[in-house]
Amino acid sequence: MSYGATEAVRGIDLDVQRGEVFAFLGPNGAGKTTTVEILEGYRRRSGGEVSVLGEDPERAGRAWRERIGIVLQSGRLDPYLTVRESLDLYAGYFRNPLATADVIGLIGLEGKADERTGRLSGGQQRRLDVGMALVGDPELLFLDEPTTGFDPSARRQAWDVIAGLRDLGKTVFLTTHYMDEAQRLADRVTIIAAGRIVARGTPEDLGDRESGETTIRYRANGREVVVQTRTPVETLHELTAKALAGGEPLEGLEVTRPSLEDVYLELTAEAAQPPAEGGVPS
Amino acid sequence: MSALALVGHQFRYDQKAFWRNPASVFFTVMFPVILFLILAVVFSGEKVDVRGGIEATTYYVPAIMSLAIISATMQTLAMTLVIAREDGRLKRGRGTPMPPWVFIAGRVGNSIVVALMMLVLLAAIGALFGADVPWDRLPAILLTLVIGAASFCCLGIALTAAIPSQDAAAAIVNAMLLPLYFLSGVFIPEDQLPDGVIAFADLFPVRHFFDAFMDAYVPAGGPAVSWDNLAIVALWGVAGLLLAIRYFRWTPRSG
Repeated sequence: MSYGATEAVRGIDLDVQRGEVFAFLGPNGAGKTTTVEILEGYRRRSGGEVSVLGEDPERAGRAWRERIGIVLQSGRLDPYLTVRESLDLYAGYFRNPLATADVIGLIGLEGKADERTGRLSGGQQRRLDVGMALVGDPELLFLDEPTTGFDPSARRQAWDVIAGLRDLGKTVFLTTHYMDEAQRLADRVTIIAAGRIVARGTPEDLGDRESGETTIRYRANGREVVVQTRTPVETLHELTAKALAGGEPLEGLEVTRPSLEDVYLELTAEAAQPPAEGGVPS
Repeated sequence: MSALALVGHQFRYDQKAFWRNPASVFFTVMFPVILFLILAVVFSGEKVDVRGGIEATTYYVPAIMSLAIISATMQTLAMTLVIAREDGRLKRGRGTPMPPWVFIAGRVGNSIVVALMMLVLLAAIGALFGADVPWDRLPAILLTLVIGAASFCCLGIALTAAIPSQDAAAAIVNAMLLPLYFLSGVFIPEDQLPDGVIAFADLFPVRHFFDAFMDAYVPAGGPAVSWDNLAIVALWGVAGLLLAIRYFRWTPRSG
């Protein structure tokens, strides 16, 4: 899959299950948007096989578009139409749309239904973006970085809306560069860095990765000692044996497993090492 | 919805957005009216030495109608389509089952309806200044309007390909059209323009459309339908259509 002269992503192998929230996690420029735009049918790929809802997005037609909803990474709505009118306009494009009033409820904009979209806050506009993608009652929704640049309360509200999509039985393909977003929303996470997949699993599995180093901290003679180890059981055994034999307690002993964030930073830093494999900005 | 119902649906919302947008209401509707009032007042009582000599107010009715129709079509489309493209609205629309041509058809429909309204409005205001509405020439006037409006719509859609950003839209459109209005005799009566200027303006469609509109509107000798001028306008329209098909883009240029 390439875009322009630079190959943006390579060897991507994704498998999204019906009804799950799938997070495609990676830093900016990793190739997330390139990948999702190939899946949405916006971009042609240079190679590989893609099947979305049983069809190749490059060749899929109107019937396929009835079944998907897309939230682009950026974009503004017509500032002179109201929330309700914007949704009504899009509802008209689909054969079996949801009722506009229901969509307004799902995105929590009941109080803003007759407000022009140009007067909404950034967070409200983004929730309306989700509503515009939802109004056709799609089976599958693509959300490309839905909360980038949000303040914490706007993010929390957007998350509630996305979590609500799963409850409706929708399949959600979410791209994000926020680890906590993937952890909070996704059933499964795939991590991409520099155009390649570096890890995949449930948020819990990824947090338990064996490859991550365990950190052991304690104080000895008033000085803090930090030990990084990939074999924590053996290291601890040695340390505690020595401590018992010498009669010196390991004051403030602390053993920390790597968090998902550590794993993510470690993986994406590793992938960024060979500079020849640079991605394009997403 | 059938394709036609879908175009109607799109058109309805384009109309709402058009009338709520202060820039489009001012520049497309108010500006031609103000311009006509100024010219009619300043030149009232004067004669223009064309078509055997006519009142200046009679001259300016088809002149400002031509400007208003070009503004409602080419100018409005070029500007609003670039804004919609750069806002990502065209790209968003392409992600839905709506056929892309429906979106364009809705906008073209909006432009042609506004052009027709401007015809009626300016004809009524012109009548107040003594420029009688030539009812017997109505078929020729409507034919000229439809061919001109359709052609300038195509040119406006084609022009979007040359406009890189929202900020550049007004500048590029005005830089093309304003000089042509002057050179074509829309602002300054053509009997006061040197022949060379008219010959130069004849290279562009604005002059031919204005000439055809003058023939249709002013009952002073000659047939009402100026086929040769309309043919040139239509050729420009076809060229615009081909360029639009080849170069129109749905995705933002920036970002």
